[in-house]
Amino acid sequence: MSPLPAPHDIPLPLPVSPLFLEVAIVFLFLIHILFVALMVGGSLLTVAFEIRGRRRPDCDTLAREIAATVTVNKSLAVVLGVGPLLVMNVFYTVFFYSANALTGAAWLAIIPLVTAAFLLTYLHKYTWERLADAKSLHIAIGALASVLFLIVPFVFLTNINLMLFPDRWTSVHGFLTALVLPNVLPRYLHFVTASVALTGLFLMAYFGRASYPVEGVFREFDRRALRRRFASIALGATGLQLLLGPLLFFTLPAVGVSWALAFNILAGISLALVAIVLLIHEVTAPAACLGVRYLAIATALTGTVIFMAYGRHLYRERALEPHRAAMAARTAEFGEAALAAQMRAKAGIHRTKGEVPLPPGEQVFKSICSACHARDTRLVGPPLTEVDRIYKGNPAALIAWVKAPGKKRPDYPQMPAIKLTEVQYQAVADYVLSPGH
Amino acid sequence: MDFPIFHLDFAGNRLLIAGIAVLHVAINHALAVGAMPLVTMMELHDLRHGRPDWDRLAYRTLAVCFIITTSVGALTGVGIWFATSLVNPAAIGSLIRVFFGAWFAEWIVFCLEVVAITTYFLTWKRMGHRHKRAHIALGIGLSLLSWLTMAVIVAILSFMMEPGSWTSQRSFISGVFNPLYLPQLAFRTPVAMLAAGLFALGLAFFLTRSERGLRAEAVRLLSLWVVAWTPLALAGGWWYRARVPAWMLANMPVALATQAYQGWYRDIAVALAAMGAVVLAVAAWGAFVPRRLPRAALLVPFCLVLVMLGSFERVREFIRKPFVIGSYLYANGIRADAVPLLQEEGVLAHAAYVSSRTITPANREEAGRELFLICCTRCHTTSGVNSVLAKLTNLYGAGPWDRDVVKGYLRTMHTVRPYMPPFPGTEEEAGAVADYLLALRRMPAELDGAQTAGVRVPPDGAPAPGSR
Repeated sequence: MSPLPAPHDIPLPLPVSPLFLEVAIVFLFLIHILFVALMVGGSLLTVAFEIRGRRRPDCDTLAREIAATVTVNKSLAVVLGVGPLLVMNVFYTVFFYSANALTGAAWLAIIPLVTAAFLLTYLHKYTWERLADAKSLHIAIGALASVLFLIVPFVFLTNINLMLFPDRWTSVHGFLTALVLPNVLPRYLHFVTASVALTGLFLMAYFGRASYPVEGVFREFDRRALRRRFASIALGATGLQLLLGPLLFFTLPAVGVSWALAFNILAGISLALVAIVLLIHEVTAPAACLGVRYLAIATALTGTVIFMAYGRHLYRERALEPHRAAMAARTAEFGEAALAAQMRAKAGIHRTKGEVPLPPGEQVFKSICSACHARDTRLVGPPLTEVDRIYKGNPAALIAWVKAPGKKRPDYPQMPAIKLTEVQYQAVADYVLSPGH
Repeated sequence: MDFPIFHLDFAGNRLLIAGIAVLHVAINHALAVGAMPLVTMMELHDLRHGRPDWDRLAYRTLAVCFIITTSVGALTGVGIWFATSLVNPAAIGSLIRVFFGAWFAEWIVFCLEVVAITTYFLTWKRMGHRHKRAHIALGIGLSLLSWLTMAVIVAILSFMMEPGSWTSQRSFISGVFNPLYLPQLAFRTPVAMLAAGLFALGLAFFLTRSERGLRAEAVRLLSLWVVAWTPLALAGGWWYRARVPAWMLANMPVALATQAYQGWYRDIAVALAAMGAVVLAVAAWGAFVPRRLPRAALLVPFCLVLVMLGSFERVREFIRKPFVIGSYLYANGIRADAVPLLQEEGVLAHAAYVSSRTITPANREEAGRELFLICCTRCHTTSGVNSVLAKLTNLYGAGPWDRDVVKGYLRTMHTVRPYMPPFPGTEEEAGAVADYLLALRRMPAELDGAQTAGVRVPPDGAPAPGSR
């Protein structure tokens, strides 16, 4: 087994209690990922319905209505991501930043990719009428935005996965090698499918709510048909998770697995099964209006998501626990050693191997003057042989020059004034002008 | 030292941050902080004087601001964070621990700001004329929120320059109310208003193509806006300028620094004066003879404002050297209080990502390369921007370099170049870096960061302090 990296933590205390950070990370992240899911799923469904809309005008209208939600959800997705990012930064500093650096180029590419996706989304939304006669082009713009939206989660998931396994860090050479670590692809598929499921659930309510003016917008679609359509999408995607979920679970590296995690996952699955049964009812026999059944589906799936998110946090904590403990011990030890070295430095004790304290003149010369002056070669400034010629037997003049140098030689940069104590000036001048030197 | 080193060997890491940051500051100041009150004011103009054409102009100006700020603006903001956490994770990690509360509060304000601008924009037409007052109230709230996000972030920026009493007290409040905070805020606020006025002026030319009368009025009103804010921007700049060197001179013992900063000091004064004069001239032209103002004339003051903002940002970055957090953390991400230990026992002994903890004749250059990566690359590249080879060529010329001279310089450079951090390693390690630099000069080779080359860990794994 290759040795583990041994970083130190940042030796400043956590600004708030770890409990606050843990609760914040689970819940703030959930809210963020909800809007990310609505953004990704909404973008995908927009394109899908716009393509169908070439044959059926109502589908084109539906696509346009979904697109209007995407531009709002995407703004919220970004702004709500900053909070959990902040908490990740403060709670998993070393692990998170290390994973970021190891996948640096891709990590940074998130910024232009998301910016481009956002601008394309606006372009798509605001050219719906203008490009009505160039529908393929318009669809292509939407599809390109979707593709960008689909690339970005890969980068995030790769980072979040990589930070959990410091033992893998030495085997990573750039983003692609981190991407192929086990578990990234199953996580990705799980996420994208969940996005579609959540978007279906959201659009059920969005188009199904009583205040939505269905008749004024669509020619054929009525409220119930729309609700049923999105219920089937939510059902299909949630059903697919019954395959993808186990795939994800069984590719999890063993380090973070625990009974508590298994309990959370089972609880999540049970609630998902409840939601699936209710969704089947909704698809086969839609209720007259959005009501108790929708509430029950939404509650069950919210429960699923919370259990899964908490399970994810448990896994992360368990996987990192040994690394964290070792790092804390190392950091404390380093802090004590650093403090002791500071004390020694203040007291003038040098522990460097084999070093004898230099006489004061030589010490000043070696630590300051030697940056620019050598015995008989020109460095930045003239060699000491020349200094010796000018100031031989006149240390006072040398000191006066060092205190306030002027510009003397056209082909040399001007020397800066050097501030020393009077004793040091005298010592270094004597040293420079001493015969043996 | 504790993080894999991300490195861009051509453009340099500083340029990466600077590029993203300047774009973000320009958008944030001109299109958010300054533009929101301006748009609200234009909307109010419609309400007061019954001018739907002004309302239309305000709406279109807002549309441009909305699209840009919620895409490029928001993402470059996150981008600064991404880039700084790649380039100097120790710095951003420390700042976040001190300023968690401020950042968290800023985040909440930021969320409200995004909700407010989205609502303000999307309800403009829906709320129509009947709810105009409520809509304008929303605009005022949005303006306050935009300003507040800037006010919070400026506290963190000025803290990085001068932590004030934080280094002794280590408390959140002492960090926020650092000595440079208010001058910087007093400078940025009017500059944002000014930049927004100039931006809106330029935009008005495109948005009023078919409405000559409206154009003349818009140019006049927006010019007056610019004229009104210019003296405040100059005053704020002057205050900021006056505070900065006071701190700097007190902390910089060596005269060379004084010379360098007196140069900056003069440059800033010239930039301020030039900007003031040109902006006032153009704005006065717009205010008094709006129909005669050529479109191209607007570009000049707008660019000048950006240049001035840029030079202030650059000074801000430069004067805090050799630190990235004053007196606490050096620009290379090494803590000032760790340096004595590292100089005794070596960087290699304590760094997480080096291939060996000892220097042998066989690995001298490789050890030097790793030390260079850790200690120098936050600011220097090998042969790109701020190239280390170019710097040394300035000192030692085109002829052969003496390895011991280079080594000696590494050990002492901070005494004569006060913006350089001290070399944090041992004598032997400085020698290894010198060996690497000479080898690099013989045969220049790209220095890869961890994002492509990955990391290596020494065979003995974790170090044991004190055991050496």
